[in-house]
Amino acid sequence: MNLEDLIEDVAVKLLQLAVIKLPEDVKASLRDAYEKERSPIGRIQLKAILDNIRLAEETGLPLCQDTGLISFYLKAGSRFEGLDRIEKILRKAVMRATLEVPLRPNTLDPFTQKNTGDNIGRNVPYIHWSIFDGDFLEITAFPKGGGSENMCALKMMKPAEGLNGLKKFVVESVIKAGGMPCPPTIIGVGVGGGANIAMDLAKMALLRPLNERHPDSMVARLERELLEAVNRTGIGPMGLGGDCTSLALKIEYAHRHPASYPVAIAFQCWAARRATARIYADGSVECLTHKDQIIS
Amino acid sequence: MRKIELYTPLSEKEIRRLNIGDCVFVSGTMITARDAAHKRIMKYMAEKRKLPFSFDGLVLYHCGPLVRKVGDEWVTLVAGPTTSMRMEPFEAEVIEKLGVRLIVGKGGMGEKTRKALERYGAAYGAFTGGAAVLAAKHIERIIRVEWLDLGMPDAVWIFEAKNFGPIVIGMDSHGRSLFEIVKNNAEKHK
Repeated sequence: MNLEDLIEDVAVKLLQLAVIKLPEDVKASLRDAYEKERSPIGRIQLKAILDNIRLAEETGLPLCQDTGLISFYLKAGSRFEGLDRIEKILRKAVMRATLEVPLRPNTLDPFTQKNTGDNIGRNVPYIHWSIFDGDFLEITAFPKGGGSENMCALKMMKPAEGLNGLKKFVVESVIKAGGMPCPPTIIGVGVGGGANIAMDLAKMALLRPLNERHPDSMVARLERELLEAVNRTGIGPMGLGGDCTSLALKIEYAHRHPASYPVAIAFQCWAARRATARIYADGSVECLTHKDQIIS
Repeated sequence: MRKIELYTPLSEKEIRRLNIGDCVFVSGTMITARDAAHKRIMKYMAEKRKLPFSFDGLVLYHCGPLVRKVGDEWVTLVAGPTTSMRMEPFEAEVIEKLGVRLIVGKGGMGEKTRKALERYGAAYGAFTGGAAVLAAKHIERIIRVEWLDLGMPDAVWIFEAKNFGPIVIGMDSHGRSLFEIVKNNAEKHK
């Protein structure tokens, strides 16, 4: 098989895997939430979530009907062959996955409201590149549902409000969102940079494994503190009340302009779908999010 | 917690017996409608045109399913609820004029809907968001589809459901909203 066909096949399989089977860290976290939940209504919600995860795996059907708007996060080795063709290949993969998995057609023209029917549109799928010195290509398929996306928030805070302002903004956003982003959520917080940088960082934070602590101990401590504050609200699973409002909260940051203190919050529903694989120069493929899966 | 089985058509009396926190399972006809369908329903009502379906005594389901056509028949693959709040601008009028008795969605709805539920004797139930395979297991068949020109997620799908649940009554016909209670409580724990 030539490299282009291989990349296309891997991308189709990653989309399929992502929408059907959650990564092990997310499943473990949801099981743990169910064990600890004290609200009877909250327990009903978490039980339905766990049953649904099992049913999706058994039937091979997407676990949520909203198979999302599709993004790919790429880590591309500068010596990997044919980087200029990747975007075209990924668009083709999305079209194929839409028919084969299938995925719900979720791409509409914002002016005419017409659904393209194949999940392909202007700037969609979104492709995020980072280039490094190396020879492999790492692809993360990240289909994200609209319900949680609609709760994302950005605030250009006054620098004088500082860290206290940030904490207040996070907790207020969680309360305002209530049950709408399908809690228990994962929250990505991006701090600093400009408006676009903060939101980009908040989204990138959602890609981190749930059990992975931030390497900077001060940030790790803030992540823990904010998660506790969020869970103290008692919004609970699906906003119906309970102990578990969020499974994890991850922060990424950039240095800021003296006059600006942007804070972005990205909400991810419990159906935190992501699948990552590496394609090596020799054509071998390794799946990083779903260890037992053979991708090609 | 009370567990209650309901069958469509639903009467106002049955709905008035429900309280927030009750857990219900519904059998019968559920009709999907999202933003685009609601907008069209409003347009039809404004122009006094007859709708190609009736909500009277039935369940309005906030859902944009993933379906597939097999031969001549539509098959539901997965069909969980969508965020109900997007339909807030339209729902009070739908409840008042079209006789919907039970709305099923996720995340809860606002003040206007809460008042309409109380006034006209309807209720709002939450089905677990994202639990779309579980939901589809309780959809026996697709009776028919209307307004398919809106696209798959936004068309009006008429489902025959059996034991669809667990649905937690989040807003009842007595003016209470579990979502509001939870939020007010959260404000105290900021």
